[in-house]
Amino acid sequence: MRVSFKLNGRPVEVDVAPNELLINVLRDKLKLTGTKYGCGIGECGACTVLVDGKPVLSCLTLAVDVNGREVVTVEGVSEDGNPTPVQRALVEEGAIQCGYCTPGFVMVGEYLRSKKRAYSEEEIRSLIRGNLCRCTGYVNIVKALAKALGGG
Amino acid sequence: MRPSAINYMNTHILPSFEYYEPKSLGEALELLDRLGGDAKVLAGGTDLLVKMKTGALRPKYIVNIKRIPGLRYIRLEEGVLRIGALTTWHDLEEDPVVERFPALADAVKQMGGLQIRVMGTIAGNLCNASPAADAAPPLLVYDAEVVLASVKGVRTVKLEDFFVGPGKTVMQPNELLVEIRVPAKGGSSAFVKLSRTSMDLAIASAAVYAEFEGEVVKEARVALGSVAPTPIRARKTEAVLKGRRVSEEGLIELLRTVSEEVNPITDVRASAWYRREVSRVLVYDALLKAFERSRGGRA
Repeated sequence: MRVSFKLNGRPVEVDVAPNELLINVLRDKLKLTGTKYGCGIGECGACTVLVDGKPVLSCLTLAVDVNGREVVTVEGVSEDGNPTPVQRALVEEGAIQCGYCTPGFVMVGEYLRSKKRAYSEEEIRSLIRGNLCRCTGYVNIVKALAKALGGG
Repeated sequence: MRPSAINYMNTHILPSFEYYEPKSLGEALELLDRLGGDAKVLAGGTDLLVKMKTGALRPKYIVNIKRIPGLRYIRLEEGVLRIGALTTWHDLEEDPVVERFPALADAVKQMGGLQIRVMGTIAGNLCNASPAADAAPPLLVYDAEVVLASVKGVRTVKLEDFFVGPGKTVMQPNELLVEIRVPAKGGSSAFVKLSRTSMDLAIASAAVYAEFEGEVVKEARVALGSVAPTPIRARKTEAVLKGRRVSEEGLIELLRTVSEEVNPITDVRASAWYRREVSRVLVYDALLKAFERSRGGRA
C-alpha cells in the first residue's frame, strides 16, 4: 500500500505492507533513527512520536494508519535547528545518561509544551509514567521538564 | 511451560494479515459479517497489536475502524452520557463533563500512561474483556449499557450482562460496539485501584456509587475488577450497605460479604487469598471516598 503523510513538516510517500509498524518504516525506510525501539509492547515509551500533534507509540501503530496524517519525530521538533526549551532543559539538568529513552521524553515534553499551560511537578511525574528510564532515576528528568513546562 | 512468552517473541514485527479500512459504519458491518470470526477490529491497538506480537492472537483479517467518521464523541444528552466507539481515554481526560461521573474520572486518571490514553479507546477496553479492565467497575456502578451494531440491526446490552469470561463477551463476531451509554445519577461515586505501579494491571479494583442522607447510605452500588473471571457487581454487599452509617464501627467487618462475592485467582500479581481480603478494603476505601465527595470534599 502506498501511504503519504507529512513527516517533520515535509510530505513523504512510501510503500508499506499492512503489517509494517510505523517505527520500522521511520527507522529503516526513512532512515530517521532518533525514534528508539524499546519494549515493543507499549510499556517503555522510547518509540513515542507525535501523530497529529499527540504522543503515540510508533511500535503499536500501523504505518498505513498515518496515511494523510502529520507525524513529528525527535528529528523534527526544532523549527530552527536549535534545541527546543524541552531539549535544552534536559541537557542543562543532566537528565540524559545513556540517552536511549530521551527521544521519548522529548516527544512527551513537546506535546505538553504545545498545550501552552504550566504543569506542576506532580502532574509531570504522572504524565511521564509511560516513559521508562533505567539510568537516571527520573529526578533530573522531572527537574528538566518542570523547568521547561513549569511556567515558573 | 515457557517462563515468559515475550522473551521468545519478536515484538519488533507483526505477523501478516489482510487489511481493511472501511470508510463508513455500514461498510464495516458488512465486512465483519462477511469475514466473521477470522477478523479482529482495530481501534486503539494497544491490546490487539500486543496480543498479535506475543502470539496470543493471530487474526487473518484486520478491520481498522479508525477512518469511520462520527464514532468519536462524548455527549451528555437527556441525562445519559454517550461515548462513541472511537473515543479515547485521553478524550475523556480532557472533557470536563466526565467529572460528573467521579468514579469514571478516577479510572481515566489512573489508566496507563499518557501514550496509552492517547491511543486506547474505552470501548476497546470493554471489548478486550480483561477481568482487570479499568473501565468496567465505574461503568457497572452507573448501570451503563453498550450498543452493539451488526448488519441485522442494533441491540442494547447491559454492561453487567456483557462480560462472559476472561477475554469473552456476548458480542457476536459480526457485531461492533458502537456506543457506551452511562446514565447520570445524583449520588456520589469513586473508583480505587490497587496496583504495583499505575502502569501495571490492577491487583484488584473497586467502584462504589452511593446516595447519602447525612451519614446514612440510602442507595449503594458496588463493582469490582480483577477478582473474578469478569468484572462483577457485588449485590449482597450493596444490600448490606443500605441503611448503614459510613462512620459505623465494624463496617469494614460487615464488608466481609465482598470477600464472599469475589472469586479470585492466584497469579503473578497477587494470591487469591490476598485479593479476597483486599477487595473489601478497596470497597471500604471507595465508599469513604464517595462519601467525602458527597460532602463537597476533594477526596
